[in-house]
Amino acid sequence: MNSHRCNGREALIRVHRPEEKWPALMLSIAFAAMIFFPVAGSGAPAPANEVCLSCHSVPGLEKERHGKKVSLTVDPQRFSQSVHAPLSCTTCHSDISQVPHAAELKPVQCAQCHAQVAEVYGTSVHGRAQHNGDHDAATCSDCHGNHEILPAKNPRSKVYPLQLPYTCGACHGNPELAKKHNIPVTNAYQLYMDSIHGRALEKSGLLVAAHCASCHGSHDIKPKNDRESKVYRARVPSTCGACHAGVLADYVTSVHGRAVNAGSSGAPVCIDCHTAHEIRRVEGPAWQLEIVKECGTCHRQSLKTYRDTFHGQVTALGFTRVARCSDCHGSHQIRAVADRQSSVSAANLVSTCRKCHPKANANFVRYSPHGDPTDKEKYPRIYYAALFMEALLIGVFVFFGLHAVLWLWRSSLEVWRRRGSNGDSAKGPNSDD
Amino acid sequence: MRNESLDRAPRYFLRFDLFHRLLHGFLMFSFLGLAASGMPLRFNQAPWAAALANAMGGFGAVLFFHKTFALILTLCFLIHVGTLLRRVFIRHDVGVFFGPNSLVPQLNDFFEMLQHFRWFFGWGPRPRFGCFTYWEKFDYWAVFWGMLIIGTSGFMMWFSAFFGSFLPGWLFNIALLIHADEALLAVWFIFTIHFFNSHLRPEKFPIDLVIFTGRVSERELREERPAEYEKRLAEKSLTAIETDPPPLWLKNFGKLVGFCVVACGFVLFGLTLFAFITE
Repeated sequence: MNSHRCNGREALIRVHRPEEKWPALMLSIAFAAMIFFPVAGSGAPAPANEVCLSCHSVPGLEKERHGKKVSLTVDPQRFSQSVHAPLSCTTCHSDISQVPHAAELKPVQCAQCHAQVAEVYGTSVHGRAQHNGDHDAATCSDCHGNHEILPAKNPRSKVYPLQLPYTCGACHGNPELAKKHNIPVTNAYQLYMDSIHGRALEKSGLLVAAHCASCHGSHDIKPKNDRESKVYRARVPSTCGACHAGVLADYVTSVHGRAVNAGSSGAPVCIDCHTAHEIRRVEGPAWQLEIVKECGTCHRQSLKTYRDTFHGQVTALGFTRVARCSDCHGSHQIRAVADRQSSVSAANLVSTCRKCHPKANANFVRYSPHGDPTDKEKYPRIYYAALFMEALLIGVFVFFGLHAVLWLWRSSLEVWRRRGSNGDSAKGPNSDD
Repeated sequence: MRNESLDRAPRYFLRFDLFHRLLHGFLMFSFLGLAASGMPLRFNQAPWAAALANAMGGFGAVLFFHKTFALILTLCFLIHVGTLLRRVFIRHDVGVFFGPNSLVPQLNDFFEMLQHFRWFFGWGPRPRFGCFTYWEKFDYWAVFWGMLIIGTSGFMMWFSAFFGSFLPGWLFNIALLIHADEALLAVWFIFTIHFFNSHLRPEKFPIDLVIFTGRVSERELREERPAEYEKRLAEKSLTAIETDPPPLWLKNFGKLVGFCVVACGFVLFGLTLFAFITE
């Protein structure tokens, strides 16, 4: 049982990160290339790594590129532990054939070896931005590092699941940068780290916890309005469902899931109720109360009539002891009232009410949880009861309001007159002490 | 008149005995408690509602207080009805229903009301009221009806499992609706009309202590309820209700409690009115 579960988790990770097999494959190709085609140049042998490191191991070497300080120091030890340790410096810095080399070198082309990944990257939001001259957009080295690149499965790798949020957060936790590039979520990193996924990852070190790449992809990250994006509205359920398979199975049969499948852009997907980055546990009262309002953003009339009932009044005050939307209608598996399988269909109503009211019977469920005193057609009894109470209220206050105003006027007049005729000695009937 | 009062100490008569004063006290406190614990639910969208509910200690506490005060008020109601029944069936005192000391509306009350309105406009003298005026009778029956309506609907919702077993569920919709609206009517009526009629009108301002001391002075009785005064004078039954002057501590106690309750009432009235207008 246990091992089975473990296998399942690993499979999940593997499914999520199909690109991980690429570095290994590319590495083998690079090795082969090195053996059969030694670095070709202008004839002179390329300098050995030791030669390069004799300068570049000096700490604090740096230069300016695109207005940013770039370190030129290579830590020999970290390089020797990196996935690229067997390669020579000139494999990547291929325009160097002699030392000292030119002051300005061509950018390293990872695509030389990682052609397929590079192609995918070129179509991503980062790749396209780079292509359009935005040098803030993440390149290979921004996520993977440069001289110290480790295999993705190495816990110290910048793209290891437990490390990835910090890597992405270097940019996506910077509101200035987000504003500059019109990224709608300016603090994705902060929100994520406080979310149930972020905590599972950071506090519990869970590899199964969703991290940035689980939802957004990695090399192929697309903006959310791109139909191919993993976080494009209509694709959100399947993205979340990659882990939350049971919920997805419920959701696709729900009235919302069906609407989304039918192409509705208004029907809610996972993130409408759960939010995207700040997903919280659903057991907390704050979430449970917030979600009622969330349902009400579309089901406005239902929220209004719910607030007129005891259930709605109590939840409005911030207490979760009584029925909220999902207690009666369900959540992921929510169905239209007309659907026989709905928890609030005539056939299921008694059992649904019995969740809280164990003695509920057919009589009891004739209660209207959304009774509307303004709807004469649908709720005539409530309508007329409200009308009667309104008339009573108005009648009583009009009569006694007038009564009081007239009385006040007459009494004030009397008191004033008595004062006038008796001087200061006048006393009201009450002042007999 | 001044000489008379200088010559001898003013006489006092008992209007409300200790039992009635205590009953009114319990009624008053349970009513305030019910209003304070119920209005946050009625005006749940108002900014003060959640704060008040939380200040009381949350959902469980609000419900506990509401039900506790409801039980106290129900007890007051039952005790009152019990004493009435005892007067009628054991003492055979049908004066509860008829006669000058009854709270049951009579034709005379209607004429007194018309005459009162004539006086408001300056078209005639003030009516010569008896033991209970028409507005006092309205107060009494409004509370009586209110307790029946609010109490019945409240107990229906409290014991919804029991009532739901034989009553149709839509009655709970009606129950909450009239419970809330009748409560709002009662709260506003008591905190404005009753306060004005009994305490705040110029003749009584700022407070009529009779409900705390139980005593009225001879002058008060003669000026406010001449019909009762003269009837008792003629029947020589004035001495039967004569009592000692209200002790200072009782008057101070009455002022303290009275002003506190009026203040609480005004706060609740202000909060609910504000919420009603802005909802």
